[in-house]
Amino acid sequence: MQRSSVMKIAGVGALSLTLAACAGGGTPAPAESESEAAGGGELVIWMDQNRADALADVIETFQSETGTTVEVVVKDFGAIRDDLTTQAPSGEGPDVVVGAHDWIGKLVQNGVVAPVELGDIAGDFEDVSISAMTYEGSVYGVPVSIENIALVRNTALAPEAPATWDDLVSTGQAAVESGDAEFPLLVGIDPNTSDPYHLYPLQASYGGPVFGINEDGSYNADELEIGNEGNVEFAGALAQWGADGIINLNISQDIAKEQFANGASPYTITGPWNLADFQEAGVEYAIDPIPSAGGEPATPFVGVQGFMVSAYANNPIVATQFLTDYIASEEAQTAIYETGQRAPALSSAFEAAQENPDVAGFGAVGAEGVPMPNIPEMDALWADWGTTQAQIIGGQASDPGAAWTAMAEKIQSTLDG
Amino acid sequence: MTTTSPAPARRRSLASAPPSLRVILVKIALLAIVDAIAVFAASILFFQGSWLVLGILLLGTLLVNVVYLHPGLLPAKYLTPGLIFLAIFQVFVVVYSCYIAFTNYGDGHNSTKEDAVAAIVLQNTQRVEGSPAYRVTVVEGAGGLGLLATSPDGEFLVGTAEQPLEPLDPASVTQEAGRATAAEGWTSLPQQQILQRQQEVAALQVPLGDDLSEGFLRTTDAVNAFVFQSTFVYDEAAGTMTDSATGTVYTDRGNGQFESDDGQVLGTGWQILVGLDNFLYPFQNQQFGAALVSVTIWTFAFAILTVGLSFILGLFLAIALNDPRMRSRKVYRVLIILPYAFPSFLSALVWLGLLNTQFGFVNEVLFGSADIPWLTDPVLAKVSVLLVNVWLGFPYMFLICLGALQSIPEELTEAATVDGAKGWDVFRLIKLPLLLVSTAPLLISSFAFNFNNFNTIYMLTRGGPRMSGVDENVGHTDLLITLVYKTAFEAGTGRDYGLASALSILIFIIVATVSAIAFRRTKALEDLH
Repeated sequence: MQRSSVMKIAGVGALSLTLAACAGGGTPAPAESESEAAGGGELVIWMDQNRADALADVIETFQSETGTTVEVVVKDFGAIRDDLTTQAPSGEGPDVVVGAHDWIGKLVQNGVVAPVELGDIAGDFEDVSISAMTYEGSVYGVPVSIENIALVRNTALAPEAPATWDDLVSTGQAAVESGDAEFPLLVGIDPNTSDPYHLYPLQASYGGPVFGINEDGSYNADELEIGNEGNVEFAGALAQWGADGIINLNISQDIAKEQFANGASPYTITGPWNLADFQEAGVEYAIDPIPSAGGEPATPFVGVQGFMVSAYANNPIVATQFLTDYIASEEAQTAIYETGQRAPALSSAFEAAQENPDVAGFGAVGAEGVPMPNIPEMDALWADWGTTQAQIIGGQASDPGAAWTAMAEKIQSTLDG
Repeated sequence: MTTTSPAPARRRSLASAPPSLRVILVKIALLAIVDAIAVFAASILFFQGSWLVLGILLLGTLLVNVVYLHPGLLPAKYLTPGLIFLAIFQVFVVVYSCYIAFTNYGDGHNSTKEDAVAAIVLQNTQRVEGSPAYRVTVVEGAGGLGLLATSPDGEFLVGTAEQPLEPLDPASVTQEAGRATAAEGWTSLPQQQILQRQQEVAALQVPLGDDLSEGFLRTTDAVNAFVFQSTFVYDEAAGTMTDSATGTVYTDRGNGQFESDDGQVLGTGWQILVGLDNFLYPFQNQQFGAALVSVTIWTFAFAILTVGLSFILGLFLAIALNDPRMRSRKVYRVLIILPYAFPSFLSALVWLGLLNTQFGFVNEVLFGSADIPWLTDPVLAKVSVLLVNVWLGFPYMFLICLGALQSIPEELTEAATVDGAKGWDVFRLIKLPLLLVSTAPLLISSFAFNFNNFNTIYMLTRGGPRMSGVDENVGHTDLLITLVYKTAFEAGTGRDYGLASALSILIFIIVATVSAIAFRRTKALEDLH
């Protein structure tokens, strides 16, 4: 689809000829030689402001080394998924985009991303980041950052990391009783739709992953596990925590962040994105694994962000070169880490970032985690999953187990179509 | 318009007076700019082969030129720009939405069948496990583009799409650090050429043997190549997709996707016309239909109550602040208009915080730390969204009422008083009817706006709390528009733009009908006048 840029240039050529009153066939010859002088390739990249700033130097190097012209289009991170889906088929879309790994299933279903064969360099990345970017056996892009939630502890209120869940609850409640704190634990959720992502580690400690896992580590969409015995048990525990005030529907994400920064609770479950506020407020904190409530490891979902190639890319060769030679470089990975504070995906950059105790803390927890499912079927879960959790926590569901089972059946019927 | 003699005379003189040179120059310059842009756009469209759009563009340009170059045609000269923008920004959008409503456009049905076939083949082209990685140079020979490959054990091979990979005599190969960079009989492509022929290079598949199913060499960066195998084969004649690994045949059954005999569907499909399917969805899916009815009733209640309550409040304040005996009226007026000055979704978020059960200002301060579930109880949530919406809406009503009140001549009130009417009667019999004449159309448009008031609902409750006993994700405060949003985008089965367009058309029909009836009533009101 080199066509379209030639067409544009040809259009300009035709216009200039027409304006010069030379009615007749407009040969795009002069324009063509211009583009040859520029080196040929022209790469369009969609990314958010943060990463655009981080990659400015890398892109500069790429341009001078390859003679390719790069056009960076700054977009809201969340808007990239839909914009790519709707605009790529027109042929006017980008060559490369930044995105979250859990979009991949939907993007593949819509036929707008192309696999990238990493070859040997796949081994240079953290395993979890490659498996997150893999869908149905193909890798769709180069990972750049890894993020996950963990337990953040106020070291003044709780000097020791909790060994068990009961330990966490009793320390928290003791702090509330002694008047040092207001809340035993802070988890930011929504009163009507809860937040399955933030509560997932606790759920995983009872029931394991929400979908079955194949031998190669990918999720099996045909095997819905959200209604298994362990998860039903989790529903009971959730009701209990709701009644005891351990999990509180009225604590939104903002309130959780603000109250923890005020020192109103010894513990919060959150991600690296809130640390800057805690530091600003002068809270002394440590990052710990979330203790298991149900016996199994309390593993969070790991989110991975990466750069992907559009299936409709006009410049597929340059796009792949940019990804495998530049985005996969330690320089680019470190630059993105430094502006975004999320752990880099490239192992060498990841090791280097371990000097930062925050990154090391979250990284250790994430190493045990599982990637958030990237299969399109995951979309069927969130709405019902969240509202059912909220009803259980709020005590509207008189039989939590039955409510949970009903939800699992509902999701299954949605998946069956 | 009354026809007095000077008016036509003036009009005649306007038409016949020759325009000044400056006017003519400006006109020609503006037209030249328009035409230049049109020619530019037309040339792009020509090369893209978008004939329909090109035709419309040419016709439009011709029309503009005729209208402005032809003497006379005065009304057209004024109307043309507006009509063109109307066509682009309104008519086109409406027509396009209607078209989408008859398709299955959405997740999994994103583009054409051709694109879907290409995507399925691409997704199922995977590297052969454990196969060697080659370093390649893109070359061109008599048989077109080819790959000159260096295997990991230092063997040199060359091949094209038609001619399978075969070993080369090392003597005929130019090497650079153990990698073949040129071969006799082949021209190595310089980087610039590769960049210009990217699509071709990326699509090049050099088979390892006589049969493509043995695997083929492909490069995505023109430096490294890997052995790939494609498990899905498209048979163009039969229109079927075959999984060569399992032998399953997927057929196009006319529903926009490939389906196997045992009902397995390939994830990537394409856009097709589906007729009235999207419009019939609420009627065929009974549970959704029932939810739709209850949501429709609440939507009417929400829109009517919002308009009614905020109008009463706004009118009351307008009367109070229009009274000359009131002091510091200007300060009060500014204060009252403030809620109108904030973006509504921002105010909604502030209210979300104020109404928090445990930490919100309302419960903490006004109700002495009571635990009133403002946004999570079905009835209270309705009250809350109404209150917030009235708070957001009354300044507008205040403004229009104040304006209307001030335009009612003082003499009327005086005359009524002289005739012996008391304060309340003056208001009820004289002022209110006059007020309604000028404000009724605004009330109707306000109704139409609140009927689709997505912001307030979505920011405050996201439609929740959810109705129990209904399978669909429907909440007690859902309006039709938020229900459409949830059904089309959050149902869990993927985005469905076709269904969303169809349901929005249904909403449009409701709003249009109500507004048409209401406007007819307003006419009756004017007759009072």
